[in-house]
Amino acid sequence: MSTTTADTAGTGTAERAPLPWRTLWDNVVQAALSLVLALVVGGALLLVSGRDPIAAYRSLYYGAFGTTDRFTETLVKATPLLLVAVSVSICFRAQVWNIGAEGQMILGAIFSTWVALHVKGLPPLLHLVLAFLAGALGGLLWSLIAGVLKAYLQANEVITTSMLNYIAVYLLAYLVRGPMMDPQGFNFPQSPLIPEELELPRLIARTRLNVAFLVALAAVLLALVFWRSTWGRRTEIVGASRRVAAHVGLNVPRTILLATALSGALTGIAGWGEIFGLHFRLIEEITRGFGTLGIVVALLGGLNPIGMTIAAFFFAALVVGGNAMERNANVPFALVDVIQGCVILLVLSRAYLFKRSSS
Amino acid sequence: MNWDLITVSFVVGVLASAVRWAAPILYAALGEVFTERAGILNLGLEGIMLMGALSGFIGAYNSGSLWIGLLLAALVGMAMGLLMAFVSVTARANQVVAGLGITILGGGLSTLLFRLFFGLRTRPPTIKTFKVHSLPLLGDLPIVGEVLFEHNVMVYLVFILVGVAWVVLYRTRFGLALRAVGERPEAADTRGLNVTALRYISLMIGGAMAGLGGAYLPLADLGIFWTQMTAGRGFIAVAVVVFSRWDPVRALWGALVFGGAAALQTALQTLRAPIDSELLLMLPYIVTIIVLVGISRRAEFPGAFAVPYSRGEK
Repeated sequence: MSTTTADTAGTGTAERAPLPWRTLWDNVVQAALSLVLALVVGGALLLVSGRDPIAAYRSLYYGAFGTTDRFTETLVKATPLLLVAVSVSICFRAQVWNIGAEGQMILGAIFSTWVALHVKGLPPLLHLVLAFLAGALGGLLWSLIAGVLKAYLQANEVITTSMLNYIAVYLLAYLVRGPMMDPQGFNFPQSPLIPEELELPRLIARTRLNVAFLVALAAVLLALVFWRSTWGRRTEIVGASRRVAAHVGLNVPRTILLATALSGALTGIAGWGEIFGLHFRLIEEITRGFGTLGIVVALLGGLNPIGMTIAAFFFAALVVGGNAMERNANVPFALVDVIQGCVILLVLSRAYLFKRSSS
Repeated sequence: MNWDLITVSFVVGVLASAVRWAAPILYAALGEVFTERAGILNLGLEGIMLMGALSGFIGAYNSGSLWIGLLLAALVGMAMGLLMAFVSVTARANQVVAGLGITILGGGLSTLLFRLFFGLRTRPPTIKTFKVHSLPLLGDLPIVGEVLFEHNVMVYLVFILVGVAWVVLYRTRFGLALRAVGERPEAADTRGLNVTALRYISLMIGGAMAGLGGAYLPLADLGIFWTQMTAGRGFIAVAVVVFSRWDPVRALWGALVFGGAAALQTALQTLRAPIDSELLLMLPYIVTIIVLVGISRRAEFPGAFAVPYSRGEK
């Protein structure tokens, strides 16, 4: 995009970048209203098509919170959502519309699995750390492709990152059928299992909740620190106005690159967490749409670390509950996607929709 | 690699297939030219195309008429455009994120409605697609005839629409008004043009066209619907519009470049090129990025591109 458009493209969200507590409260109220409205829209759709929305939502609720087991599963799903949301928020606050989290997660998963399978002779802890770094590097490199094209060649990052998502999907499909396929896997498209000693420890026995969840929480803390650091403030200024940023002597392309790199690394770590915490091998469905859902979480959370934590939890519940709903109430999981889309549009229109009621 | 297969008729077949690949992208891109000329970036094309594919399929399946399917696809696409207009023009939200919302909504809603309509089936419901008609005289031309004039009616329709779009954009008062609103909304407003109304209309045109482009896949090509069947064509259409520098005729060339990349990929698979099919499938997406990079520095976006307009706030 030309520099003038890059400057002004985000006027819709730029005004709410720094968040004192009062506006945060407004945001929480508006976000909650948006979520409720989205659930109503989804319910109306079910009603029109002759399903029972109350039964669907009840099954969704019990699916997400019914037992300790279900609840830990919600935290398991919140892990990648939180990492992706924090990652996305860094780019979005810099007005870089990186929607490439799916692809970056995939590359993180590929790099870290490769290190787990092919690097030999390291003590387990060191090996795990190396795989972690490789995951971050994979996501970082993938996001930097779009970052460089954006910063120096003005290529619209929405298009480049969405194209890179498709490319990553095919790359993964190729690898698990070719160079990285499990030779003893009966031709299933998947890699061999990673060594057992590299599996992330469980936080609660007999659940899938693992150390990756703590890594996600650490990312939230990192974000809180980041926005108070010089880097964070520079990123925010570049996001507010490219022209002002250049005027006060900031290196705009370099700031964009830094934001993109940090963001890609965090998303790559999300891919690492899914492999080493849950699946223990590379499979095609490694992202399960969490890259895109993480963006919704970031927006609903107002790009604020605390807000995003709450939103990640809610959407994780929606995913876990949505799966249960599909099984028990025979309501397609796509309902959750519809709710996601509605949430984005409602959150975006909230200034217009809720202005009179909440201020 | 099996070089013996490369004959004249094979090459002609690849070129004809490039035209067929280009058609759905071109529908969406032509509409987006109008939308962006009015100063709005609609990145929701992908979701609108999916809704068009679904409603086109349902319309044709239930009525038995492909034309009713097309009509429904255009109307549903228009409604999605209207939604985008409300969020981006009336609520003045960030257009990039709004487009993403439309894309996610369209993807989810099309999947959900398909399941609610048809349930889970072992064999997917199918429809008969538009037949291929060889145009009289033109279709008999050697090579050119087969590449350009042996297609289904939706391909011919989109060629005609390229001309229509050009005339509307450059030779009518409406086109002039639209361009004025995209370049300098304040000035257009002062001269009595209704900026809001024109932007709404531009998004409804764009939505209807994207709906038709999406409907191309089940109605003119595949005869079935599946989740996310557009596979990024909406985003590619946006790239085509940047490539076209907001001109309908150049959009035709742009769509053919991407159609060519896609057709080349299938051709290489047929030729048993020593490259895995998964890697070949990346080709159209890689070409999109390369072309976008090549064009972006020189592209001059409409003056008020992606900027929400409000009277008296300057």
